[in-house]
Amino acid sequence: MDRNQLQRQVALMRSSLIEQVPNPSLPSLKLLVGYLDEQQFLQLEDLQDDVNPNFVEEIVTLFYKDSARLFHNIEQALKSRPVDFAKLDNYMHQFRGSTSSIGAIKVKNECNQFKEFCLAGNAEGCARAFQKVKQEHETLRTQLETYFKLRRQAGLAETV
Amino acid sequence: MEDIGARILAGDHQVQYGQNQRTKIKALVVDDNMINQALHRTLLRNLGIENHVVGNGREAVDVHCSGRRFDLILMDLDMPVMNGIEATKKLRAMGIQSTIAGVSSRSVDENIQEFWEAGLDDYQQKPLNFPKLVSILQKVNHSV
Repeated sequence: MDRNQLQRQVALMRSSLIEQVPNPSLPSLKLLVGYLDEQQFLQLEDLQDDVNPNFVEEIVTLFYKDSARLFHNIEQALKSRPVDFAKLDNYMHQFRGSTSSIGAIKVKNECNQFKEFCLAGNAEGCARAFQKVKQEHETLRTQLETYFKLRRQAGLAETV
Repeated sequence: MEDIGARILAGDHQVQYGQNQRTKIKALVVDDNMINQALHRTLLRNLGIENHVVGNGREAVDVHCSGRRFDLILMDLDMPVMNGIEATKKLRAMGIQSTIAGVSSRSVDENIQEFWEAGLDDYQQKPLNFPKLVSILQKVNHSV
C-alpha cells in the first residue's frame, strides 16, 4: 500500500472514530455516533510537535494503564458488602475525568449511566453499567490501536 | 481548531506568554489525575510556559511553603488528601496572590460556589484546551 493510500486510510479511520452530527434539515437521518469527541481529539493531535511527536499515543497508553487500576478498584468495591456507593462514585468520577480528557464520548456516556445507578444506591444496576463501560472501553482500545498502527505505517511510508 | 487556537499554534501567544519575555510565566498544575497532568503540562509547554506538577492540594501548599511562587495555579477540585477548595483557602490565607483558576469536571450548573468563595480568579470546566487556557492566561497578564 503506497503512502497516499495509507494516509487516506488514516483519515477515514479518524473520521469513523469521531462523532458526526446529522444535517438538521434531514431529521430522518440516523445519527452516526463515533467513539471520540472531534474537538478534544483534534486538540490532542495538535499538541504533537517535534518535542512530543507521539503525544496522543502516549496519553492514550497512560489512559489505559490508569483505567486498569481504577477498574480493579471498582470491581473490588462492587464485591464488598455493604457496597460503598460513595467510594464507587469517587472511582468512577476519576475514570470519567480521564475519558473526558481524551474525548472518549461513548465510554463517558456509559460512565454517566453508572453514576445514575450509584446515586440511586442500585448495586446490580452499577454492575450492569460497569460491564457496558468495560465493553466500550475495550472497543475503543481496538479502534485506537488500529488507528495508531495505520498512522505509524503512513509515517514510515513518508520516510521511505 | 478554533481561530484563537490557530493563532496560538501560529506562534502569537508564544511571543506573548514566554518566548521573548525576560521572565517566563510560571504555572503550577494541581491535579491527581495522570492524564490531566499530562494534558495540562503539554498545553502549558506548547505556550512556552514553565510548569510544575503536584498531585493534590497538600502538595500545592507544601511547594509554596518551600518558597516557590507561580504566576498561575491550575487547581483541580476533587483530590485526595486535600481538595481544591481547602488548598485555595490555605494559599490565600498564606498571602499567595497568584492567579488561581479552578479546573474541574463539574459544570457551572453544579455547586461550585464554595470553590469560587475559597478565592478563585477563574473557573473552567474540564477538559482544558487552548481557548480555555488562553482565557485564563489573559487574567494573569492583567494582574501582573
